[in-house]
Formats: sequence, structure tokens, C-alpha cells
Amino acid sequence: MSVDASPDNGSRLPKRLAQGAVLVAVAALLGLLVWKVATRDSGGAAARLAASKGAPVAAPQFTLPRITGIAGSGPGSIALASLRGKVVVLNFWASWCVPCKRESPRLQEAYSRFAKQGVVVLGVDAQDFTGDARRFANRYKLAYPIVHDGSGKTLTPYGVTGFPETFFIDRKGMLVGKRIEGEISAKQLAEGIKLALGA
Amino acid sequence: MRGALGLLVLVAALVVAAPTLASESRPTLGELEGEVMCPTCKTTLDMSSSPVANRIRAFISARIAAGDTRSEIKRKLVDEFGPAVLASPSKKGFNLLAWLLPLVGIVLGALVLGWLAWTWSRRRTGSDAADADGPPGQPLDAEFEQRVDEALARYEE
Repeated sequence: MSVDASPDNGSRLPKRLAQGAVLVAVAALLGLLVWKVATRDSGGAAARLAASKGAPVAAPQFTLPRITGIAGSGPGSIALASLRGKVVVLNFWASWCVPCKRESPRLQEAYSRFAKQGVVVLGVDAQDFTGDARRFANRYKLAYPIVHDGSGKTLTPYGVTGFPETFFIDRKGMLVGKRIEGEISAKQLAEGIKLALGA
Repeated sequence: MRGALGLLVLVAALVVAAPTLASESRPTLGELEGEVMCPTCKTTLDMSSSPVANRIRAFISARIAAGDTRSEIKRKLVDEFGPAVLASPSKKGFNLLAWLLPLVGIVLGALVLGWLAWTWSRRRTGSDAADADGPPGQPLDAEFEQRVDEALARYEE
């Protein structure tokens, strides 16, 4: 057995260390890329609901500040979890969205009609100015609670791709029925609510 | 001489700082359009004509008319839409990394390049010196020397 003590070994050490560091860095970046792709929630809850073939899907949780100064909201915030035990019509909207203006009277009507059966309409005003949302709610006399999601952080978990979009959540906090993309009709609203009440 | 140089530096600093200060106190819509993101289309405002982009433009114009500074307008937009509404990250907390890492990268790159240049030049000097000295203790072969002399003689003819 011999020990190679040539001076060459000493000069090669930093080079080997540098090569090793580069390899580790490249492997770490590749690992990060694979992890990001593997854990990406593409389509969110809407995609899971569509793939579930009618089976309920857990509604992503959130807590958002209420928009004050309107009939349906006081100060503070609303956690979706606090509405467990009620059927929730979850409506994503923005004041600059034209179809939202047309459907809002229908949502208000459904809120008034089904309130006694434990149904609540919850508006999520996303990517919008709070002042604009307040003016919108007052103009259309919306009495249901509305929360503000300026950054739109709830949109990806729900898989919202445009405004308006509406989901139905049963008393156990599960999404049921179909996600309604675009302006919701009175018939779609009634059907969705009945399905959630019966779930 | 030294006084004149100091005055020159002061004037240069004022020339550089004046537009920045003016831009902070009297921002224009055009400037801010390049620094604010459209929340729905994920581009800067100047690249978007979406309804929310138009609404933000109107908000900025109103705030400029009301006398808000650039920082105040940006802060109000962040309050409404979150930090992602700014095209460049803030220089605080975790976001500070986005500003520091490129500088660290440039410094590290310069150090690596400097080190490589230094080792390369050192190796080059060593090999040049070795070439100039020739192989130590190796007398030229007599037959080979004679052939070189003959070749040189032919070349000179």
C-alpha cells in the first residue's frame, strides 16, 4: 500500500471542491424544479370537482377582511370555516366585471329567499379596489356578506379563471355540484342550492 | 484646486439626484405604468388594456392630481392589491434577497474570473520559463546537432 503525496494532489483539491459545489448546485436546482412541477395545484378545487364525477371535494379554506360600509358586512374578517353548518354560495366577482353587474340581483334574491334554510351567499371581491366594491354593493343593494381579496390569493386554490364564478358548499364544508363559470342564472342558482341542501 | 473639484462633485450629484427627487414628488402616469402590474394579466400596466388595468390607471391619475408622491401611490396600491402589484420587489425582508443576490452573483463571478486569470497567467509564466531554460542536464545529441548545422547551411545558401 502506498500513499500518493505528490504536490499535484494539493493543487487539484480546490478544483475538485469547486466542481463538487457546482454539481450540488445544479442537482439542487433540478430537484427544486421537479418538486415545483410535482406539487403544482393545476386547476385547483374546480378541476378536482370536475374530475370527482359528483363526489364532494373539500373547499379550500380562507380568512378574508369584510368590506365595511355596506348592508351585508360589519367590521372584521370572515373565515370560511366559521360558516360550517350552513350552505354557502361562494361567488367570485369584481366591480369592473360586466357580467357581475347582471348576476348580482339574482344572488341577492337567492340570499333573501333561502336565508331561512341556512343558506348564505358569500361574495369574494377579488383583484379590485375596496371603494369600488363598496360602491357596487350599495348600488345593487347587496345585503349578503362580501370579503375583499385584493391580491387574488383565493383564485388559484379554487381554480378561478375569470369573473364571475360561483361554487356551492354544503353544510360539511364540501364543494358539491358544478362550478358555474360566467354569469349565473336563477335556475342554476336554485339547482345548486337545492343540491347543497340535500347533500 | 481641491475646492473646485469638490464643487464639481456636488454639482454632478445634484444633476443625478434632481430628476429622482422630482419623480418622487411629482410622478407621471407614464412612469408609474412601467412600475405597476396589472393583477389579472400579470404584465405591467403599460402592456395591458384590461378593465382592471384601466381602473388602476384612473386611480393613479386621480392620486397624481391630488398631489400624492410616487411612494404614497404605490403604498395605496399595495394596500389594495398586495405587494405583487409592484413590478419590482420591495427592499425589505425576504424580498431584499432579490436585490442582493444579483450583486452577490456579480461579485462572486468577478472573483472566480480573477482567480482563473491569475492561475492561468501563473501557469503560463512557469511554462515560458521552462521553455526558455530547456530541459536541464540534457546535452544535445552530436548527430542531431550535425544535422541541424547542415540544414541551416543549406538554408543560408
